[in-house]
Amino acid sequence: MTQSIAVTGALMRRALNEVVRVPGAAVPGVIAPTIFLLGLTAAFGKLTEVRGFGGPDDYISFLAPVTLLQCAGFTGAATGVNLARDIEQGWFDRLLVAPTPRVVLLGGVVLSAALRVLMPVAFLLTMGFVFGLNFPGFDGMLLIVVLVPAYAIVAACWGASIALRFRTQAAGPLIQSVMFMFILFTASYAPLDLLAPWLEAVARVNPVNQVIEALRAGFVADVTWEETWPGLVTVTGMTLFFGALALRGIQRTGR
Amino acid sequence: MTAVVAALARRSIRQTFRRPQFIAPILLMPTLFLAVNTGGADSATTLPGFPDVAGFLDFELAGAMMQAAMLAGVSGGIALAIDIEIGFTDRLLAAPIARPAIVLGRLGATAAMGLLLTAWFLALGFVFGAQVQAGAAGVLLIAVLVPLAALAFGSVGTALALWAGRASVVQGIFPLVFVVVFLSSAFFPRELLSEPAASVADYNPMSFIAEAVRDPIIGGITATETMKGLLGIAIVAAIGSVLSSFALRHRLRSA
Repeated sequence: MTQSIAVTGALMRRALNEVVRVPGAAVPGVIAPTIFLLGLTAAFGKLTEVRGFGGPDDYISFLAPVTLLQCAGFTGAATGVNLARDIEQGWFDRLLVAPTPRVVLLGGVVLSAALRVLMPVAFLLTMGFVFGLNFPGFDGMLLIVVLVPAYAIVAACWGASIALRFRTQAAGPLIQSVMFMFILFTASYAPLDLLAPWLEAVARVNPVNQVIEALRAGFVADVTWEETWPGLVTVTGMTLFFGALALRGIQRTGR
Repeated sequence: MTAVVAALARRSIRQTFRRPQFIAPILLMPTLFLAVNTGGADSATTLPGFPDVAGFLDFELAGAMMQAAMLAGVSGGIALAIDIEIGFTDRLLAAPIARPAIVLGRLGATAAMGLLLTAWFLALGFVFGAQVQAGAAGVLLIAVLVPLAALAFGSVGTALALWAGRASVVQGIFPLVFVVVFLSSAFFPRELLSEPAASVADYNPMSFIAEAVRDPIIGGITATETMKGLLGIAIVAAIGSVLSSFALRHRLRSA
């Protein structure tokens, strides 16, 4: 057990080292969600004036939860692409022959996303507050610290399962676009009732919408248990599902 | 020289289609954005001051094409940087061919991608109910403006690739693409943008080009808008050409 924790910790440290050693690759992932937050606010900010929009007058507070999940999505996808690179270069094969349970290897890879995501989140919130984002309160901040890293693990599990299946960085667009659709095919730009009918139908069945609504509560009003628990259940369910998918992928690798 | 340019352009196009990581950002991401923007901000057409359009998709088509054209330019730059990294460009520099042909071949491929993405987005628009109000002449004008815009953006990507010689550096400017698009009227009418985006959009060449492409879709062909679009393309192309020329000299000195 102690050894497993040590291996997981070492793999997580290695993933964090990449941020410092290859900043050119990490910086876009850190600043991109902030660009989306500020850019989309500038472009679509007047949507709050549409009849029936409700919610806050400042669009940035409405949009913030979406971009927080983008932080998680980008980080998780990057974890998957980095794993594909390690597989291409043969480094992961060497890990597989080490006397370490494969679940521990997978844990080290995907858990690193939960730590790495804190960097774009901190940058996004700092810039957001500078540009008028509502402070979500202590309970809202707590929800961010729980839900966003958890969603980064979901995205990393998805990325890892695809990387293990295709074993090439060329699968990167597939990893990214599925995460993109999960996060943005929700009530991301406007409340459900104002979406185009097709998107409203998709958003109502998209589980990630529950996570966005849970995170949004703190920015636009108050955090309530009725809006929080569906988000927590969704993230737990998605972690179990995508975790099982990634675990199946790593158990089958090379066999 | 024409034969060399054509051969290099053909190679670049084949390279783009063989690697999903090149084609996906050009077509997949702008298509997903188009879907999210039209579905999410559909109600924006009810805002006072929004142009008279048949649907929000009609308005957004130009934005999607501009985003894709810019990404095509950046992807061309990444591909050139990879050629530099693997030594292919050095071999071309040592060959008895005109040096501008190396750059022009790549740009020719980017323009061809511009034509492809025009066909893709117009077809997509027609399938989902968009109309080009200016008819066949409008389609023809779009099919000229978008590839020219891709060519112009490609010259900037080429300059960066020649200067840096590393794909990761060129890839790092992907977020900048979104900054340029958000700070223009590509996604939303200039009059309805929030400050400071509205002020920046007034001088952003991307606004001129997007409005020229949008003109035949939502209204008719007007000389003023078309000329402004061509001016915008000329400004970007001039900046790109000058920078490419300096960067090529820099590379020749360091080769």
